[in-house]
Amino acid sequence: MNYLNETIDSLNKKLAGGEITADQLAKDTLANIKETDKKLNAWITVDEDAKVAEDLDFNKNKLAGIPIAIKDNIITDGVKTTAASHILDNFIPMYDATVITKLKEAQATLIGKTNMDEFAMGSSTEHSYFGATHNPWNLDKVPGGSSGGSAAAVAGGQVVAALGSDTGGSIRQPAAFNGIFGIKPTYGRVSRWGLIAFGSSLDQIGVMSKRVKDSAEVMNVIAGGDEHDSTVSMREVPDYTKFLGQDVKGLRVAVPKEYMSDAVDEGVRKAVQDQIDVLKENGAIINEVSLPHTNYVVPTYYIIASSEASSNLQRFDGIRYGYRAKNTKNLLDIYVKSRSEGFGTEVKRRIMLGSFALSAGSYDKFFRQAAKVRTLICNDFDKVFAENDVIVGPVTTTPAFGIGTEISDPIKMYNNDILTISANLAGIPAASVPAGLVDGMPVGLQIMAKRFDEGSIFRVADFIERQNKFYEKTPTGMEE
Amino acid sequence: MKITITEDTIRHVAELSRLEFGDDEIGKFTQEMDSIINMANQLQEVDTEGVEETVQVVDRDTVFREDKSEHWQSKEELMKNVPDEANGFIKVPVIIEKDDNE
Amino acid sequence: MNFKSTIGLEVHFELKTKSKIFSPSPVTYGAKPNTATNVIDWGMPGVLPTVNKDVYRLGIMVALATHSHVLPTTHFDRKNYFYPDNPKAYQITQFFQPLARDGYVEIEVHGKKKRIGIHEMHIEEDAGKNTHGTNGYSYVDLNRQGVPLLEVVSEPDMEDPEEAYAYLEKLRKIVQFTGASDVKMEEGSMRVDTNISIRPAGQKELGTKVEMKNLNSFEHVRLSLAYEEKRQQQVLLSGGKIQVSTRRFDEATGKTVLERVKEGAADYRYFPEPDIAPDHISQEWIDEIAASLPKSAEERYNDYVNKFGLKPYDANVLLQTKESSDFFDAALAAGADPQLAANWMNTQVNGYLNDNRVSLADVKLTPEHLAEMIDLIKDGTISSKIAKKVFAETIENGTAPKKYVEEKGMVQLSDLSVLEPMVKEIVDNNPQSVEDFKNGKDRAIGFLVGQIMKQTRGKANPKVVNKLLNQELAKR
Repeated sequence: MNYLNETIDSLNKKLAGGEITADQLAKDTLANIKETDKKLNAWITVDEDAKVAEDLDFNKNKLAGIPIAIKDNIITDGVKTTAASHILDNFIPMYDATVITKLKEAQATLIGKTNMDEFAMGSSTEHSYFGATHNPWNLDKVPGGSSGGSAAAVAGGQVVAALGSDTGGSIRQPAAFNGIFGIKPTYGRVSRWGLIAFGSSLDQIGVMSKRVKDSAEVMNVIAGGDEHDSTVSMREVPDYTKFLGQDVKGLRVAVPKEYMSDAVDEGVRKAVQDQIDVLKENGAIINEVSLPHTNYVVPTYYIIASSEASSNLQRFDGIRYGYRAKNTKNLLDIYVKSRSEGFGTEVKRRIMLGSFALSAGSYDKFFRQAAKVRTLICNDFDKVFAENDVIVGPVTTTPAFGIGTEISDPIKMYNNDILTISANLAGIPAASVPAGLVDGMPVGLQIMAKRFDEGSIFRVADFIERQNKFYEKTPTGMEE
Repeated sequence: MKITITEDTIRHVAELSRLEFGDDEIGKFTQEMDSIINMANQLQEVDTEGVEETVQVVDRDTVFREDKSEHWQSKEELMKNVPDEANGFIKVPVIIEKDDNE
Repeated sequence: MNFKSTIGLEVHFELKTKSKIFSPSPVTYGAKPNTATNVIDWGMPGVLPTVNKDVYRLGIMVALATHSHVLPTTHFDRKNYFYPDNPKAYQITQFFQPLARDGYVEIEVHGKKKRIGIHEMHIEEDAGKNTHGTNGYSYVDLNRQGVPLLEVVSEPDMEDPEEAYAYLEKLRKIVQFTGASDVKMEEGSMRVDTNISIRPAGQKELGTKVEMKNLNSFEHVRLSLAYEEKRQQQVLLSGGKIQVSTRRFDEATGKTVLERVKEGAADYRYFPEPDIAPDHISQEWIDEIAASLPKSAEERYNDYVNKFGLKPYDANVLLQTKESSDFFDAALAAGADPQLAANWMNTQVNGYLNDNRVSLADVKLTPEHLAEMIDLIKDGTISSKIAKKVFAETIENGTAPKKYVEEKGMVQLSDLSVLEPMVKEIVDNNPQSVEDFKNGKDRAIGFLVGQIMKQTRGKANPKVVNKLLNQELAKR
């Protein structure tokens, strides 16, 4: 089964009408993955025994019997969950993440776990213990990251939708690089119970799909309160599909000048400007605004995310689960060797940065200062949203880069995240919708909205999708 | 203002993090960390006098659970990933002393 | 040269909850290893903590009972360190914004009253337990992981080991009477760390601090501090320097032994716990908890002595534990005579508990039954001799005293219409005893009472019989 021309609606119709059974769909999906993944390496674990829910109710559950991909940092009971790390490469969880419980209740078929940068640290999916994932538009390019496996699986037609996670752009950047839609919801909109923590105050689970509506359908299932997560909101979840099919007349659209500077590749800027022009032609009010602290978002983000990560990743110590180094002399040896052998270079860099930022003598200067600058960044957004409904701009400064071209320059890699990490620091929802091709590679339009206003994002993204019909294009790397 | 990160600093932070770097990698790693930390150090330029800290962006507070005990997983389920166990305990090389000076 | 000591105490109390502080696993004592745990206690990837409301409630009780100021906004923080009994490699505690600050406890040493300041108190999670084997391995049990702790940090206000001892006694009593903790050193529900420095009299700045951890009893606290005072004096007098260090008390020798020297401050990399939202403590909730606070030992002592007229000794024995004081109060509420109830509690009940090495919670005796039995004694229904039998039955089997006495026909015979003729008859039949009585032999009465007891199979009320006999003999 190839999903390039399918949607949740089309699949639901086929299943409900008996054109295909859910079991057959699962089988066909697995077969297609087996075939196409030789090119993509989008999966860490494909669940050959993926169970189809019993008593499928196609009327009640849009997702009934439809295979969904799960990023491998989301805990699945009984199915190996590795976060793409050697340190967890044998870990079989004994509980389900809340999003998994909800997808199971909605009768979706969980088909396997997708590749990613180790512990979601990275923006290329090259930092995976299980090897790099390839971009379906050009197999020599990265799919972005860290949810690169989920993005490539969707763009490559292996599944109709996938869950990803986004700590600093890990859904939006790969969505942009792969020409699909991806949304990072408001912090606290989706439960983090069962998401292997990277930066706890920044992490959010979100959805990636070729079509905007499909993400709305999945969001309807996974969003909402959860007694396991004290940071998740108890607000009611609207039906996100209700925001589709609308116009943009009178919509106040802010374009931050910092996002359209020379630092952004000209082709990307043009593709984004084209979309802004379309919004304007259709009655949206475009306002140029400023997010004055944009220059500081990268250091702010890397200090906060790495500090939290340094603490979150301490539990991987070789004692209770995961990789334990061989030939150790004593307890300290188990800790040091298991961790030094179990973590990849990028993860170690972040742990070291975080431990440094929190250590005696550095805390005030680094962590506390970053937490204060974070307040200023939040204030910048509050100001803009006082007079605007959404903020739009590019997702990335360039289209997807070549595999192996940037991995050795961490600072350059970190600076690539400048356009996406603000949304995580401010906790606002943000998405990437395809804006067009630049030199044959897709680029995305980023849409941000006020906290808990995912609705406005769906409204704008769906409008753009109907205008540019990017979904009609087929990824060039998948052609024989 | 540039700060200089020495190999000693990196060794100390590595010790805190229970990581080790071989003599061949420590030099390169120190250089990398020096540039990353100096990138982070740009934040000193920002005037944050009187600014509150933001450590999380949540829309609720005082989230309490009632004091009821529940049983979730069995010991067997929880033990199944343990690399070394004995009689229901997790087995580790003997702990000589608790060093809380770390 | 004279020296002055400065002593500070850090006391951990296990708070008495059903479930753990950040997970709903049961809090148990003595369960099989790793059976009272779940994915949260194990620090499995992806888990998140949720805060047990009762941990705050119990903590606030102690804060109120020690005149501490409860902070309106508190937040949890992470204390990072690696250890096998610390699954996440961080402990969730309150470092920046603790539960409460600035309280005090009043002690009395050698007739002098003194306030010992409480710097702050915070709630946090306990770690698991390591058992060290002799074969080169340690064994980790995570049952204790996540048990709620309240850490009470004193100001360094104590100047000698006696004050430290008095502070501990007082603090234990205060916490015990809030009901927030079992305060049992032997079970680890109360744990004490101390620190002490000395300086020459007249010197302003404090000396170098030495810490002592995991002391087993209050007595060890006193002995180890006393030893440390002397040791540090000798070091200083001989021109030496005190090292910032942790020492341990060796029971066998009564000396303290160096465990390790601290080089620089510990680096726990504290930072705010991002997985838990801030906790706002409303004044309404504090007021509600204050209203529910059980009476303190001091208040109870006043009631016992001044209101009920108990002897101070009896009052103090009752106030040894909250359990016994609560039991006594409940017996009074059920109508028991205060002094009789106190006598029974402090002799028979305590005797039974000690003999059987059990606590009040383990026996079937209820305050209502104790009150009922005391009533039976007071109104003459049973003799105190019979009462002992009744008590044994009630505490062993939980039988209601009144019902038991009636069923077993143990009711005392006090009916004059029965006893008067009987007394007359006995006196008539024993002229020798009458003679003896007249000659001043008191034993004669005893013999006659015995006869009546024999005839009534022990049921006659001895008081009534005595009175009747005296009357009858006077007539002869």
